[in-house]
Amino acid sequence: MSADIWTAVFIAILAAFTGYEVISRVPVLLHTPLMSGSNFIHGIVLVGGIVALGIATTSLERAIGFVATVMGAMNVTGGYAVTERILAMFGRAKKGGGGS
Amino acid sequence: MSAWLSPTIDAIYVVAVIAFILGLKALSGPETARRGILVAGAAMLLAVAVTFFSPGLSNFALIAIAVIIGAGGGYYWARVVKMTAMPQMVAIYNGMGGGAAAAIAAVTLLMSIGNRATAGLSVAGAVIGSISISGSIMAFLKLQGWIPSKAIAYPGRQPIGYGVLVVGVGFGVYAVVVSQVFWLLPFYVILLVYGVLLTIPIGGADMPVVISLFNAFTGIAVALDGFALVNGPLGDAGYAMVIAGMLVGSAGSLLTILMARAMNRSIYNVMFGAFGAVEETGTQVQGSLKPMEASDVAVMMEYAGQVIIVPGYGMAVAQAQQKVKELADTLESKGVVVKFAIHPVAGRMPGHMNVLLAEAGISYDKLFDRDEINAEFEHTDVALVIGANDVVNPAAHRQGSPLFGMPILDVEQAKNVIVIKRGQGKGFAGIENDLFYRDNCHMLYGDAQSAVGKLVSALKKA
Repeated sequence: MSADIWTAVFIAILAAFTGYEVISRVPVLLHTPLMSGSNFIHGIVLVGGIVALGIATTSLERAIGFVATVMGAMNVTGGYAVTERILAMFGRAKKGGGGS
Repeated sequence: MSAWLSPTIDAIYVVAVIAFILGLKALSGPETARRGILVAGAAMLLAVAVTFFSPGLSNFALIAIAVIIGAGGGYYWARVVKMTAMPQMVAIYNGMGGGAAAAIAAVTLLMSIGNRATAGLSVAGAVIGSISISGSIMAFLKLQGWIPSKAIAYPGRQPIGYGVLVVGVGFGVYAVVVSQVFWLLPFYVILLVYGVLLTIPIGGADMPVVISLFNAFTGIAVALDGFALVNGPLGDAGYAMVIAGMLVGSAGSLLTILMARAMNRSIYNVMFGAFGAVEETGTQVQGSLKPMEASDVAVMMEYAGQVIIVPGYGMAVAQAQQKVKELADTLESKGVVVKFAIHPVAGRMPGHMNVLLAEAGISYDKLFDRDEINAEFEHTDVALVIGANDVVNPAAHRQGSPLFGMPILDVEQAKNVIVIKRGQGKGFAGIENDLFYRDNCHMLYGDAQSAVGKLVSALKKA
């Protein structure tokens, strides 16, 4: 394997530990928004889709790259909007229902 | 131009990655969660925007059309669906991410199947991404009710599953070994089938855990795609994918474990237990179902010292949270203490009930976790179960029951239990609930919205 891939392996290991550490104390209440939010973050796949479609040369590559980009873009905006909607309710409750 | 362009793009990817980590961190705290998604969102916008300027890209028109279709469609659909459908929306968008990862792997393989290292990584990404998309679509269909959500067990499902997986992966490995892209076709088809086979035996009640697992899968698939890309002409986008993908892969795995633990189950048991598919035999349910009129229930609650409301999926389906809030307010105005008991997995996702009750404006300090409130049921006059079933099933205390060991809310300890339920059907796990037959339990039939509405008007008249 090339040096680049080995660099990526080191980076991946560090990222894995980071992910674990960062959410290790999440309350049950936030499981759903966190799942939805991390679902949004892997929407970075859209970047890969754009690159794949951008360097595609044959029609088959273009077609598959196009599908990848459409799906990646759905992951990004859909994931964001769903997370936003879930969290928006938390915010409203805090303002509205804190009275008693 | 490109002398400063590439370093600038790299620098922006670095900033984006830092923001993803900080965003994820913020998402795991109640005070900071909203800021977290905003930070991550800004990072995503930056990362995607600079990618357009990557040197050497072509097919710009196609890219633009694809992004507009995907982004517009994804955003629109996410805005218009009902709040109750949020769990399956997470599933479907996660599936899209997995599908994108599988498709990117396909492009990489078509371009450089001869490069063993990249091709091998792409095959791995394709395996995980394909399972994630077909599995997530199955989860979506089950939660949406377009296919039966019950666990479907078929004999020999585990050996069959392993066999299919091995054959599918075999085609992929073979394609790389002989450097022939043709073999990728059966490879993808079989893996997509495997995702379906994996998800079919899992019942609807377990879907949150499954969705979370597939979420982690997609993260790992994205990272594997990133590995394959770092070798290519635009390697820096690959590093961003490796970091963000692994971040989600590990955080998602941990979250999956936490969710399974909240149900006192292992992930293996969730995936391969075909939970709820087998009927319990040998135990006879004693007693009968006793219906009660809303007016009688209202009187019973009016003279109660303390009422604990246990919401479940039925409340979510009927969109009854506003009515429930009204009921709580009315009872409180008559001097009754009202508390809410929230089971960690009530509804279709952890936190589902908190979200809905929060939407209705019920304050946090009235919501109690299972551990906090279980001891209180015995001092409670009325436990009002609104559309919950499995999470209050005392069968969980009985050895031999498929539910055995699942932590439940001990509502049967209350002096009176009222269950609002649409009919006599079973819960999501498909298991008979003998709580309903107990002497202190009465049924108030009707959908949650109208039943709670009747209670409110009866209370207001009194």
